[in-house]
Amino acid sequence: MPTIWLVALLLALAAAGFYWGRARALRTAGGDAKDLHSLPSYYGYHVALTSFVPAIAVLAIWLLAQPLFIENRVSGMIPAAAVPENSTLGLVMSDVRRVAEGLDLAVEQGLLTRAEARDLSSGSQDVRALLGEVGVALGNDVRPEVLTAAQAFRNLSNTGKTAMSVVVALLAFGGFAWAYSKTHKDFRARNVVERGVLALLILAASLAILTTVGIVLSMLFETKNFFGLHSWTDFFFGSTWAPNFRGDSELSILPLLWGTLYISFIALLVAVPVGLFAAIYLSEYASNAVRSFAKPLLEILAGIPTIVYGLFALLTVGPALAGLFAKGGLLGVEWMAGATSVLTAGLVMGIMLIPFVSSLSDDIINAVPQAMRDGSLGLGATKSETVRQVVMPAALPGIVGAVLLAASRAIGETMIVVMGAGAIAKFSGNPLESMTTITTRIVSQLTGDTDFASPETLVAFALGLTLFVLTLGLNVLALYIVRKYREQYE
Amino acid sequence: MTDLSQNTASEPRKHGGSLLEQTPRTKKRNAAEKRFRAYGIAAIAAGLVMLIILVTTIVGKGTGAFQQTFITLQVELLEAKLDKKGERNIEDIKKVTTFGYAPIIKGAVAAAVEELGIETSLKPKNLAGILSKDAAAQLREYVLANPDQIGQTVEFRFLASSRVDGYMKGRVHRESIGKDKNISPEQLDLVDALAAAGVLEKTFNLDFILGADASDARPEAAGMGVSMLGSLFMMFVVLALALPIGVAASIYLEEFAPQNWLTDMIEVNISNLAAVPSIVFGILGLAVFINYMHLPTSAPLVGGLVLTLMTLPTIIISTRASLKSVPPSIRDAALGVGASKMQAVFHHVLPLAAPGILTGTIIGLAQALGETAPLLLIGMVGFIASNAPETLADGLLAPNSAMPAQIYEWAKRADPAFYERAWGGIIILLIFLVTMNTLAVILRRRFERRW
Repeated sequence: MPTIWLVALLLALAAAGFYWGRARALRTAGGDAKDLHSLPSYYGYHVALTSFVPAIAVLAIWLLAQPLFIENRVSGMIPAAAVPENSTLGLVMSDVRRVAEGLDLAVEQGLLTRAEARDLSSGSQDVRALLGEVGVALGNDVRPEVLTAAQAFRNLSNTGKTAMSVVVALLAFGGFAWAYSKTHKDFRARNVVERGVLALLILAASLAILTTVGIVLSMLFETKNFFGLHSWTDFFFGSTWAPNFRGDSELSILPLLWGTLYISFIALLVAVPVGLFAAIYLSEYASNAVRSFAKPLLEILAGIPTIVYGLFALLTVGPALAGLFAKGGLLGVEWMAGATSVLTAGLVMGIMLIPFVSSLSDDIINAVPQAMRDGSLGLGATKSETVRQVVMPAALPGIVGAVLLAASRAIGETMIVVMGAGAIAKFSGNPLESMTTITTRIVSQLTGDTDFASPETLVAFALGLTLFVLTLGLNVLALYIVRKYREQYE
Repeated sequence: MTDLSQNTASEPRKHGGSLLEQTPRTKKRNAAEKRFRAYGIAAIAAGLVMLIILVTTIVGKGTGAFQQTFITLQVELLEAKLDKKGERNIEDIKKVTTFGYAPIIKGAVAAAVEELGIETSLKPKNLAGILSKDAAAQLREYVLANPDQIGQTVEFRFLASSRVDGYMKGRVHRESIGKDKNISPEQLDLVDALAAAGVLEKTFNLDFILGADASDARPEAAGMGVSMLGSLFMMFVVLALALPIGVAASIYLEEFAPQNWLTDMIEVNISNLAAVPSIVFGILGLAVFINYMHLPTSAPLVGGLVLTLMTLPTIIISTRASLKSVPPSIRDAALGVGASKMQAVFHHVLPLAAPGILTGTIIGLAQALGETAPLLLIGMVGFIASNAPETLADGLLAPNSAMPAQIYEWAKRADPAFYERAWGGIIILLIFLVTMNTLAVILRRRFERRW
């Protein structure tokens, strides 16, 4: 991998730069560090950073931008007539990429020389068989347009790679030479280095913004593609979820949303009372010994990975519920068809959320000032009356916020519903039926063989965006409620 | 005086006669108090009972995976079958596929049965059915490694088939095998006889911890080792990226950031990212790293990148907290003797905050280690992770699974023998998590300074 070698070269140059920059600064000062403006190592850092940072930044940007540029150029070369019916430009482009990849492999394994790969034409040779030999299986024969495009693709990426190596190396050596020539005992190396480090710190902090932008953009683009292929009215207002990979699917979010909300509701029904009462008991009644014993134990529940809860739902809770309610079960009723159901997923998710609700509420209850409790107790109220009539009203906004945060967690939870909720999208009020959720459908539409030109795959991005907006909205709402209605205590 | 005493006697007082006796209202209030208290205790008990049920289920169902039934047999490596030319030419020996080894195994089982004097109506073909399909491969591997042993009789320890293993562990019963074509009651009789003779025994199975995953038909041979390596490489990526970036971001926000819109925006974004569902990070990884940047699917590098983005908010939040806990007097003292702001932070504040940062990082890593959902989207499931990576680049770029993804994969396969392995995998995963969290707690106790 030449890119790795390039990075290694940059690192070596930076190390050499540190050493030489430091040595040169000391030389200009006649070997006496007291005559230098900054400490000697700052001169070293200066040379190292100047040769390394701009070069690696350009390398990263180049690697990110090159595919986009090449894709644009090559897809421009494919005439609209060359795109078969029932196919799209995106599919043809993925063919082009595969052929180009195959040609690269063939050259690497010595089946073709570089010149042969460049001049290959589909008339003279069976390209498909050739690529099959190097392990790139193609669905159909390579059409001439695709082959030319693939060759152009290879050309462009090879030229791009060479140009990148040259530019990056030039930048690194240029930076090195410039910084080295600047190194002198009166040069204010520390100030320059500190400014550079500060810029790096800002860059690291901005990564959070970049991630959010990445999340939104990546989903927005694909969602736009999806709405180009599928009507948005059906997505938002339809009533059936029936993906069909031969086309003609009905993809409506409403049944999925219903399943999601129903399961989250059951989870909250379990988690909120248990979590809230646990928090009240721990903060108002429990002795220190009980508190220091029970609180960490409850919080273990929060540290258990969701895959464990998923397996618990699939293999323990589901069969146990089926043993009660299914045919031949203990209750003698036939209300459940299989082990997966809304109740299975909801119960297990509720257990997962107990510590989440309890530790958030615990913090909020503890923030209510002791004076308010003392006042209430002094007037003759019992402890429970104090909690219900004084502490709870004061803590209510915070607790509502905590419940909303728990709801947002429940809506975005994936593994428990993937393993415990089932796969049938429908509107039903029966908690013993299996239903499906937004997150399970995202997983099932995006795993396995996916074709990023079909609405059945792209719908996952629209679902993801909806999920993102939904959970973000709940979080913002929770923060807003907490801020707006919080009593200010001195 | 008399009036007063008469009044109290004739009109019953609102709040009861004697202080020692409770009025109905007080009784009601006290009962409500007791009930309320009981609700609290019940809630905590419910939480703890759930924890106990969860832990006992995991331990009860998972420990079986660490034991496996083995059958020890004397196998005569027949020259006529394995090396017809008798030249010990390794290329010739390689031509014999695992099918060629099947008769040898059948012969070995039949010989053992005869030697022990067990009476059975089974044909040799069915006799060998109690062994794993892995046995032939194991034998072939041995022969290829030691061609000079051909013609000798060698002792082998073969895996028993998953049904026999299930029978030994009480998962498979005689009543439940009616329709199962992989095992018959006669075979179970044979198993009982072999177990009584000590040929067949259940022992600790190191291969479950260190071995590779196996195909659907051979649950008895599946192990966690390769996916553990996948997780290890992912954690390596997360540590290498999330720690420096997270610390740099926290230092900027805590020590240098001016109050302006950019800082506000970064803060809002970090707190929002901490609450974004993990599956959304999976979608991001799929769209950006795989579809756009064309990084290889299922590679631990991609998994590591996605988990890095997911862990960053956790690390930033905990790092900021520990930077904040270093008292301002330290900074003032450093600035007072002439250090620049940057020097004060890097030479004094950061080392003092290091234990807290380390603790936060370990907790963040533990969180990332157990995360599954984003890995499903970048393709770390749905295949058999059977090849251990040999080089560093292989480890990062070759398709691999990860521990939680491997557990999910086993849970999807419809054989109860795989379920046992899934529970066993969870025990291994939890051991890792408990170790990491304990380490974090110890670090915090040992090095945290209270100012």
